[in-house]
Amino acid sequence: MCTSCGCSGDGKARLTDLDTGETRSAGVDEHPNHHGSTHHEHGHSIAHGHAHRHDEAHGQAREQGTTIMLEQALLAKNDHLAMHNRAWLMDHNILALNLVSSPGAGKTTLLERTLRELAGEIPVSVVEGDQESVFDAERIRATGCAAVQINTGAGCHLDAAMLARALDELAPPPGSMIMIENVGNLVCPALFDLGEWAKVVVLSVTEGDDKPVKYPHMFRAARLMLLNKLDLLAHVDFDLERCIGYARRVNPQIGVLALSARTGEGLDGWYQWLRASAYAQRRTE
Amino acid sequence: MHEFALTRSLIEVCSQQAQGARIRRVTVEVGMLTCVMPEALRFCFEACSAGTALAEAELEIIMTPGRARCRDCGEEVELNELLADCGCGSGNLTEWRGGDTLRIRSMEVV
Repeated sequence: MCTSCGCSGDGKARLTDLDTGETRSAGVDEHPNHHGSTHHEHGHSIAHGHAHRHDEAHGQAREQGTTIMLEQALLAKNDHLAMHNRAWLMDHNILALNLVSSPGAGKTTLLERTLRELAGEIPVSVVEGDQESVFDAERIRATGCAAVQINTGAGCHLDAAMLARALDELAPPPGSMIMIENVGNLVCPALFDLGEWAKVVVLSVTEGDDKPVKYPHMFRAARLMLLNKLDLLAHVDFDLERCIGYARRVNPQIGVLALSARTGEGLDGWYQWLRASAYAQRRTE
Repeated sequence: MHEFALTRSLIEVCSQQAQGARIRRVTVEVGMLTCVMPEALRFCFEACSAGTALAEAELEIIMTPGRARCRDCGEEVELNELLADCGCGSGNLTEWRGGDTLRIRSMEVV
């Protein structure tokens, strides 16, 4: 960790290409201000708007101060990059889904099975986000799909700059699908738009049916909730209807599918949703 | 901790706009219906501002609530959290508006 600011100087986001084993920086560099590093500009600079300076009269007792009106969204840079990603994905008819959940909800298992069962129908590439390790990207590549691993180091979420790097690396073909497996975390990824078409939140029945009200922001941000590990439902105190009720209280529009990535129960509905989303995304364009 | 990424963005924008001037105060608006905790933002700001143009700056956080209408009693409800109820006890509220802003409003430089 950097001693001057506490930021994760040794925990930078890294992108690993599993073909070459090459690892490089992913996303915006750490220390934008005090280490003299340049930050990722994604090909063009970002309009920060014009700063309006005007002198203020109230600083008489103190040193003369100047108030600069900024009125800028805190996430402006990320949102701009996300918009750029979204436009690129639209132009290439690529459906990008941002899969979010707590750790262990079964995102990778669901992805593995989905990739195997959709093979030959639609090309899918995968962006794997984890704090450390390339285990998940290796599991995905074993299915025959292209995958890049992004290690966020100390970071707890993917951001739009990281997805931009991953898209550069993957060069997904037009008309394909990108599955982005975000870092297992039900809080932070809710805030960061990557440019995806939709966030899909995966909740396993072993986690408790009150997760939607405990972590409302994520369920608010998601377009679809997948209730996974349905095969374990008989062994746990998880009330499906109560969980869906909580999710709809937070987000009345949220879609819900119950399934088991292990047994395959309910997966047809998920595949139908993917096909319908690919169709809807093209029509949006 | 997403507040860390937000703080980095805050410092980057302010440092650019200050053009070398010392920043005495920065005012940020945080909607109460976002998942941003002011305490965490303050903690990150303290940790990250050292050595930057904001090293001596005071962070002012203005919290703004969301609003909705109660479908049962018809009252306008001010929301300090996503799952707040109406004062009448009902949780049956209309879709809320506001309370989701994350914005750097202004800064004072010397």
